[in-house]
Amino acid sequence: MKVKMLSRNPDNYVRETKLDLQRVPRNYDPALHPFEVPREYVRALNATKLERVFAKPFLASLDGHRDGVNCLAKHPENLATVLSGACDGEVRIWNLTQRNCIRTIQAHEGFVRGICTRFCGTSFFTVGDDKTVKQWKMDGPGYGDEEEPLHTILGKTVYTGIDHHWKEAVFATCGQQVDIWDEQRTNPICSMTWGFDSISSVKFNPIETFLLGSCASDRNIVLYDMRQATPLKKVILDMRTNTICWNPMEAFIFTAANEDYNLYTFDMRALDTPVMVHMDHVSAVLDVDYSPTGKEFVSASFDKSIRIFPVDKSRSREVYHTKRMQHVICVKWTSDSKYIMCGSDEMNIRLWKANASEKLGVLTSREKAAKDYNQKLKEKFQHYPHIKRIARHRHLPKSIYSQIQEQRIMKEARRRKEVNRIKHSKPGSVPIVSEKKKHVVAVVK
Amino acid sequence: MTANRLAESLLALSQQEELADLPKDYLLSESEDEGDNDGERKHQKLLEAISSLDGKNRRKLAERSEASLKVSEFNVSSEGSGEKLVLADLLEPVKTSSSLATVKKQLSRVKSKKTVELPLNKEEIERIHREVAFNKTAQVLSKWDPVVLKNRQAEQLVFPLEKEEPAIAPIEHVLSGWKARTPLEQEIFNLLHKNKQPVTDPLLTPVEKASLRAMSLEEAKMRRAELQRARALQSYYEAKARREKKIKSKKYHKVVKKGKAKKALKEFEQLRKVNPAAALEELEKIEKARMMERMSLKHQNSGKWAKSKAIMAKYDLEARQAMQEQLSKNKELTQKLQVASESEEEEGGTEDVEELLVPDVVNEVQMNADGPNPWMLRSCTSDTKEAATQEDPEQLPELEAHGVSESEGEERPMAEEEILLREFEERRSLRKRSELSQDAEPAGSQETIDSGSQEVLSELRVLSQKLKENHQSRKQKASSEGTIPQVQREEPAPEEEEPLLLQRPERVQTLEELEELGKEECFQNKELPRPVLEEQQSERTPNNRPDAPKEKKKKEQMIDLQNLLTTQSPSVKSLAVPTIEELEDEEERNHRQMIKEAFAGDDVIRDFLKEKREAVEASKPKDVDLTLPGWGEWGGVGLKPSAKKRRRFLIKAPEGPPRKDKNLPNVIISEKRNIHAAAHQVQVLPYPFTHHRQFERTIQTPIGSTWNTQRAFQKLTTPKVVTKPGHIIKPIKAEDVGYQSSSRSDLPVIQRNPKRITTRHNKEEKL
Repeated sequence: MKVKMLSRNPDNYVRETKLDLQRVPRNYDPALHPFEVPREYVRALNATKLERVFAKPFLASLDGHRDGVNCLAKHPENLATVLSGACDGEVRIWNLTQRNCIRTIQAHEGFVRGICTRFCGTSFFTVGDDKTVKQWKMDGPGYGDEEEPLHTILGKTVYTGIDHHWKEAVFATCGQQVDIWDEQRTNPICSMTWGFDSISSVKFNPIETFLLGSCASDRNIVLYDMRQATPLKKVILDMRTNTICWNPMEAFIFTAANEDYNLYTFDMRALDTPVMVHMDHVSAVLDVDYSPTGKEFVSASFDKSIRIFPVDKSRSREVYHTKRMQHVICVKWTSDSKYIMCGSDEMNIRLWKANASEKLGVLTSREKAAKDYNQKLKEKFQHYPHIKRIARHRHLPKSIYSQIQEQRIMKEARRRKEVNRIKHSKPGSVPIVSEKKKHVVAVVK
Repeated sequence: MTANRLAESLLALSQQEELADLPKDYLLSESEDEGDNDGERKHQKLLEAISSLDGKNRRKLAERSEASLKVSEFNVSSEGSGEKLVLADLLEPVKTSSSLATVKKQLSRVKSKKTVELPLNKEEIERIHREVAFNKTAQVLSKWDPVVLKNRQAEQLVFPLEKEEPAIAPIEHVLSGWKARTPLEQEIFNLLHKNKQPVTDPLLTPVEKASLRAMSLEEAKMRRAELQRARALQSYYEAKARREKKIKSKKYHKVVKKGKAKKALKEFEQLRKVNPAAALEELEKIEKARMMERMSLKHQNSGKWAKSKAIMAKYDLEARQAMQEQLSKNKELTQKLQVASESEEEEGGTEDVEELLVPDVVNEVQMNADGPNPWMLRSCTSDTKEAATQEDPEQLPELEAHGVSESEGEERPMAEEEILLREFEERRSLRKRSELSQDAEPAGSQETIDSGSQEVLSELRVLSQKLKENHQSRKQKASSEGTIPQVQREEPAPEEEEPLLLQRPERVQTLEELEELGKEECFQNKELPRPVLEEQQSERTPNNRPDAPKEKKKKEQMIDLQNLLTTQSPSVKSLAVPTIEELEDEEERNHRQMIKEAFAGDDVIRDFLKEKREAVEASKPKDVDLTLPGWGEWGGVGLKPSAKKRRRFLIKAPEGPPRKDKNLPNVIISEKRNIHAAAHQVQVLPYPFTHHRQFERTIQTPIGSTWNTQRAFQKLTTPKVVTKPGHIIKPIKAEDVGYQSSSRSDLPVIQRNPKRITTRHNKEEKL
């Protein structure tokens, strides 16, 4: 009698060694895997929901300052080191991994107005209300030594900001005018001024390093060329700009944080129209910093929240706030593009994840694949109303929420008035001004 | 105010005086008329005092403060005179003396030098500096444009950007530094060296190179031969084609064409068996050709060639045939493929008609209607032309009849017989023609009309003609006294008849109505000689009237959309009977009808009704049949479950809720929309997409690993931005993207030449 048996070739399913992966035969026949769109839709929906579930961006609060934190600086070489200056003249250096303060310096009398690190990370500079510029060593003094600055420059006027050149031993301060200093000299190499109002911040371009941008309290943003020792152009906006920040990947793009609740991204070659107007804040924007990838930036506002904007979108993708966080004065995006720090009025420095639901630590390859797949699914189905609603939903403090509602009503009223005016006047007599152009008062050559 | 004005006027006056004085003063030396000057100065001062009354500070003229009798050369003032001291005046005395030659020379040198222009003011200079600097900087920055664009559009960006290049040394370098140490290695190297194997440059051994070199000639030869052959073949083919093209025999070409057609047909048949999808495509091609034909006038005998042929057609049989061929081709092309259900009778009719018609009649019509759009053209042309273009074949006999009636007005009763005879003939030809036209109509409208109705229609046309004749006769009152009373009696009739004549398609007309009318007329025409007929005709209306209310109900029932639509076209055709008295509003009506006729083919309303019916059917819940054949009884091929069983296992679907559009005849409300699903559907097309199909396509391609291979999955899910944890991302550098960094030093220019710094600083300190 012949017995029929199923027979299989063991080569098809047996691993050669124990360390090999198990062979999983797969059949990609589409008939066997129906309903691909609905299934992916459900997956996308789940991914979106999980993203919201895991969105816990707040990591740590660094406390120790005895007054509001006025300025922050990143260490150029070390990810874990952060410097902060407070309103009582104290400078602290923090270690982020241990989340503690490693050094405290009483640097100035009154406010520490600005702080910046040297490009090599060996020393840092501070300016304060006491009309001095001080250079400090990054490493603390030896046991028993006094905390003393390396150099001190006594100026005639108050300095309100400082920034260091990205490659050379040159730094720039601002106050009544923009001064460019050599580190070795006690007099500025050159001073540039245009207008008479005080200048609140100055920033070096990180790519074309001879370029500087500054913003003054007479509502203008002025660009300077350091090599030719001359201002280049000035743009006057509706309201005062508090700070600007250059895009670290695109040499001619910078973003200005304005008092009129908006941020403006400019192409410095065409200042008459901003590339993008970013609006979502409900109070003055005090600080802005780019992500090192140049794709996003974070802004700190007087409305007690920080927001993350994609560079090419006018609305923010994320808003962070806590009950205890007061007016946020300064904000920085860490150089590995993963975290955000913000210093606020109530003496704390907070550490946030840049991506709220990101899992920290090392990912296995399967986790990584799943993360990428979920990300792509969310992207693919982002226009679906259900998913869009869930992805966009954020809890906001009541003050911000009601402010948003109020401003929406105001804006709508203004728009309606505009429309009515156009409707009831001679066609062409009332020009239609785009939102982008509305906020630029003039460009001065 | 008045004082001010006064002062100003005074000032103006004094200035004028000054100007007038100028030449005088110029000649006189100052010392001579000091007194005069003095007086003038006083006057000036007075004026000034007056002018300063208005509060504005006038320019203060220099004044000699100390009093001195001597007039020093340093205190000379030219005030008052308003003239400038000119160098030439001072030099005049110098010219005469020769001792001052050196001074003269110096002076002339001074004269030859031009005055330096005033420097621009500081703001202006700074502005220019800024502008130049900005342009320079913008130029420097624009080199980043391609990099920025590339990064923005990149599929994936991995940060940090600068990559540590793994040190890859070329193999030669590695080999040269490497030495055979173990005996095995040494042995291998020995072998390699012996066989002249390449060690450092691993390309080809000498032997291989040699063989390659040897091969190359042979290969070249082969290649050449191949090329030669190909060229020869091509030339043969070309020659053949040329020869074939030169053949003048029409028969040959016809045979070739037929052969090709046959072949194509055969292939199509085969294709249909083998690959239905491809066959369907073929069919679609044919359908498209039909559409193109319908759109174009290619075979409508409207071209240049066709027109020339049309002229010849009367005399030349061949030309006629050619035209016929063209027409048939057009017909063939425009025929719908599915329509094969035409009755034999009709087909026969059409053939007959074609034979009869084409040579003399249709060609003429087409000749006339050769404009780009005959419908529009007609409306524009004058009435007479219209009459001419409309239907010549009918016009001809009609005109003749007209002529007869006019010329032989008195002999009318005698000529009546002739007219009748002609009428019969006409009727016959008309019937055929109407059949033809019927044939030309789209298949849809043919369904409802039977041949009987067509007959009726032709009869109707005859009737209308007759009525028109009556009209004419009524006009020619002088022509015959006998007819007048009849006409008068008739007078109520035209009112009823007129619409029939003028053919408003809006008017409700059922087939039946028409048929009845037609029949009546028909009988009358056939049985009675003309005079009697006329009487009958005139009496017909009263006879008719009592009938109408009786059948009104039935008729109204019959007022159906379909009938309305189908009756339209024939009625329109009868319109074409030329009416000799043209009313002005008739023109308009004609135009409107013409347009209606033009779009007679598309039955929009019926299509819609059909669509709606289908939609209703589709939305009805379906019964579920649960019978299992062979369950509980014998099964097999051809056996059906019993009716009882079927009835038992048939689950009747419950009647759904009434449709929303049940009482709205002109609306289809789709009931498919599901509000629960709407929350999960995209309402508006998202931004980057321009067409909903694009968007749907992106959604429909799955990206999961369930549907894609591992590699494809990885490729599809690559994230846009990748950052490595713990790596510092530095700003982009010019060196990274292959540019030179902008300059050696960013330090200001002034620092490099310290002179300027100091000056600058001094200035600042001063400020």
